[in-house]
Amino acid sequence: MTALAPSPDLGASGLPPSPAGGKKVDRTFRAVAFSAGLLVLAILALIAYSTTSKAWSAFAHQGLSFFTSTHWDPNTNHFGALDFEFGTILTAVIAIAIAIPASLGIALFITELAPKRVRAGVTYVVDLLASIPSVVYGFWALAVLTTPLGHIYKHIANTIGKVPGFRNFLGGPASGESFMTAGIVLAVMIIPIITSISREVLTTVAQDDKNAALAMGATRWEMLRVAVFPRVRSGLIGASMLGLGRAMGETIAVALVIGSSHQVTSHVFFTGDSMAAVIAHDFPEATDLPRAALIGLGVVLFGITIVINVAARAIANRTSAMTGVGR
Amino acid sequence: MMRSSRVRRTAVALVAPALLLAACGSSSKPSTDTGTTTASGSSGGSSSVSATLNGSGSTFQQAFDQAAIQAFQSANSKITVNYAGGGSGKGKTDLQSKTVDFAGTDSLVKTADLPKYEGGKILYFPTVAAPITVSYNVSGVDKLQLSPSTLAKIFTGSVKKWNDASIAADNSGVTLPDTDITIVHRADASGTTNNFTHFLVLAGGSDWTLGTGDTVTWPSSSQAGQGNGGVAQDVSKTDGAIGYVDFADALAAKLKFASIKNSAGTFEAPTLAGASAAVGSATIAADLTYSPLNEAGADAYPITSPTWIIVYANQTDHAKGTALKDFLGYILNDGQGLAEAANYAKLPTSLQQKAITQLTQLVVPA
Repeated sequence: MTALAPSPDLGASGLPPSPAGGKKVDRTFRAVAFSAGLLVLAILALIAYSTTSKAWSAFAHQGLSFFTSTHWDPNTNHFGALDFEFGTILTAVIAIAIAIPASLGIALFITELAPKRVRAGVTYVVDLLASIPSVVYGFWALAVLTTPLGHIYKHIANTIGKVPGFRNFLGGPASGESFMTAGIVLAVMIIPIITSISREVLTTVAQDDKNAALAMGATRWEMLRVAVFPRVRSGLIGASMLGLGRAMGETIAVALVIGSSHQVTSHVFFTGDSMAAVIAHDFPEATDLPRAALIGLGVVLFGITIVINVAARAIANRTSAMTGVGR
Repeated sequence: MMRSSRVRRTAVALVAPALLLAACGSSSKPSTDTGTTTASGSSGGSSSVSATLNGSGSTFQQAFDQAAIQAFQSANSKITVNYAGGGSGKGKTDLQSKTVDFAGTDSLVKTADLPKYEGGKILYFPTVAAPITVSYNVSGVDKLQLSPSTLAKIFTGSVKKWNDASIAADNSGVTLPDTDITIVHRADASGTTNNFTHFLVLAGGSDWTLGTGDTVTWPSSSQAGQGNGGVAQDVSKTDGAIGYVDFADALAAKLKFASIKNSAGTFEAPTLAGASAAVGSATIAADLTYSPLNEAGADAYPITSPTWIIVYANQTDHAKGTALKDFLGYILNDGQGLAEAANYAKLPTSLQQKAITQLTQLVVPA
């Protein structure tokens, strides 16, 4: 990219001269931008309405137990989605538990530690990771990861998994296709998003603030703790929540490696299923009530992601209010 | 800014998976060399119309359909036939709305759904059949026999070890190891699952408790694979695994198959001849629907899956109707010669003749 030369009709200020009808153009622009903003809301409302109405027969048939029962059997018209809600949340939690420390580490490395040339390279690679389609991640995980991970899980299950206290989480029988594998793949997929937002947030901290901390005799870590983290906390939370939202909605990669069985369990090496994966697996062959139930899963997923986004916004606002620093 | 892109992504997440999986859920039967030599001088070889036919549905019959389409088109250069797969459910839905001219399906249309077919009465044309294998991977065991009740106990998870007494009872003289059984099933909704579980409902008695359908609730310790190919892969890499895989994929993955006890009391290995025998002894209804599952013939392989092409009896377009009639005629005559090379069982002669006769019920406007 080369810098653009100022075009001749720009004034000395670098702004185009204000034409006579400037106000009118301004108003038109306002109207266009405003209706574009409304369009987003309209689309959101339409999606909520059409999916809910298509799923209504399943909700009406199953009642509230749609959300709380674990009995899902389309052949006998039982649609309790708790197993899949649990799978969605567990895999997403595993994913952000891995992705947040990793992403924050990468972002800090890029902004604070890396030499300039390395910085550009790492940034480029991380952004590249974000552009890989999820189905590629899924097939890669299925073909390459599941077998060695299965061996590692079995080893862990036979050692740490035998220790009381850990038994309920890491015990066997361990499977290469499991909640854990899905969580790991999701982590790899959301690391680029969390990293690049965190990196941008971290670069907003003024160099003077950092220098001030260092001048006071702070070590590098103390400088980060005192001068950087308080300013970027809300941004980092926002980045993590965005990653969480993506992890919950991710479909194909999870569908390929989660193992497709129905259960609520604390064992992370067991097979399970998530809402998005069930929709993907069963939609092509589903008709009538089972199809409505699958759309119902979509509604639940939609609801959960909205709740997460609202919560993210609330947390981010509260933190920035507490620290007195905006994003 | 960030928020709006999340909203959009959520919208896509709701719609995209169905489309995507429709594309990647197809079974991975090895495509075969189509015998183009058999196409010359075929009965449907002198079609005078020019038309494009579109079909979708069953992935189970897709490899055969593709072989037949290729041979048919080389004999009828003015007709183009497309078959999109996507699953039996998609085929039926597409035919209901007349999105396609024909649909492939492994299961029958429910009576309650018949009014949804906008084009009126539909006709079933049986095309081919194929065995569903029970494939296993147990080191040291090269020959395995299973009765339906033992099979039911294995797949419900009530038998957990390969040296269990009920497996030993079916295999006298075979040394069975103390290995854990790993059940492998389909992750995606599938007609193969439907036929396999339907067989267990018919033959497994009280030992089978999971019912039947395109998906069932398998024991939670089980594993799942994507499509027939995925199940085959999971079985081949796990010692102690057992899964149900269609014949072509099981052959391609070089898996070992169990012989299954049929209702005549003999243990039959899955073969194309065994599948044809099962179709031959099945009761054919007037509309050419039938179930070859658990058939009584001594040579019949009991887990045999049927498949049909369904079309509207009353065609509305002369060119399309004629082309469709020619295409079905080709599949039922010369096309049958392509079945075995693609690892499908051809129709027994009696059913083939009935299907050819039924072509006269396909009404094409002048």
